[in-house]
Amino acid sequence: MKINKTAQAGALESSDVLVTVEPNPDGGIKVELETKRVIQKQFGKQIEKVILETAQQSGAEDVLIKAQDKGALDYTFRARVQAALQRASL
Amino acid sequence: MSKNRSMLIIPGNSPKGLQNAPVFYPDLLVLDLADGVPFEDKDSARLLVKEAIGFMDYENTQVVVRINSLQSGFGAKDIEVITPVQPVAFVIPQGSVEQLQDIEILLTESEKKAGLKEGSIGLIPVVDTVKALEQMSSLLNTSPRIKSAFFNAEGLAQELGIIRSKEGDEILYARSKFAMACRVAGMNSFDTSFIDSNDYEGLEKDCFKARNLGFTGKAAIDGRQIDTIHKIFV
Repeated sequence: MKINKTAQAGALESSDVLVTVEPNPDGGIKVELETKRVIQKQFGKQIEKVILETAQQSGAEDVLIKAQDKGALDYTFRARVQAALQRASL
Repeated sequence: MSKNRSMLIIPGNSPKGLQNAPVFYPDLLVLDLADGVPFEDKDSARLLVKEAIGFMDYENTQVVVRINSLQSGFGAKDIEVITPVQPVAFVIPQGSVEQLQDIEILLTESEKKAGLKEGSIGLIPVVDTVKALEQMSSLLNTSPRIKSAFFNAEGLAQELGIIRSKEGDEILYARSKFAMACRVAGMNSFDTSFIDSNDYEGLEKDCFKARNLGFTGKAAIDGRQIDTIHKIFV
């Protein structure tokens, strides 16, 4: 899956996450997570793993994924990342 | 045996709604990809609903998905993406014999691709047009997957230019015809939702009216309506 442009999915609302994806000129998949400090400390690595695995399973390459979390669960991260990647590959 | 007294309709693009809905214990939980989702979020909602069904504990409720109609251009993709997570049924807006026949073909193909047994996902047609109402008996016999139908008065009112009231006198004929046709076919019949989610007395009266017309259950747009519906439809 080639990332052709910047695209977003999700929302900055409670229990959701706003995912922004864009081409990564440095190559590879890079994840940036923005969330509450306590979430970052306790679950940050797990959330980043979910995002990275979702991107890999979608076949995405050379993409920068920024996730602004508002208390989303794993399934929401997966859905929003898939949607943003699909929109960016159109 | 599963009960079919209530169906709670939740917009498919709201994680909060998808997570909170099971606590109201509706008999059917309708994850909505159609009316409740804006045009620009159709793709995103479809993926969210797919992931939610696989992730959430919806153990005590029958999960069904209201897809977009085929004529909207989104319906076929909804079936393709959601079928692998095997909802109990798809709710089909603007139910018509022709559309249900086309959906039957698409769904059979999707079930095959997903490794599911043919016929494992049901269909619940929504009757929200005059044509569908007048075709009720052939509509309900279109597919063996149909075990329930849903009367949506708001769609019908829009088509006919009817102003809706809480008493519902303006939809008496349509309700009666729908409920009787479902009885004849031996199917569950879900009445249209009661729009004022803060008027519990009005909801109770409306439930009584629907039950006395022959309905077996009722739709809800707010989880707080479920207890009242279960009080009347037992």
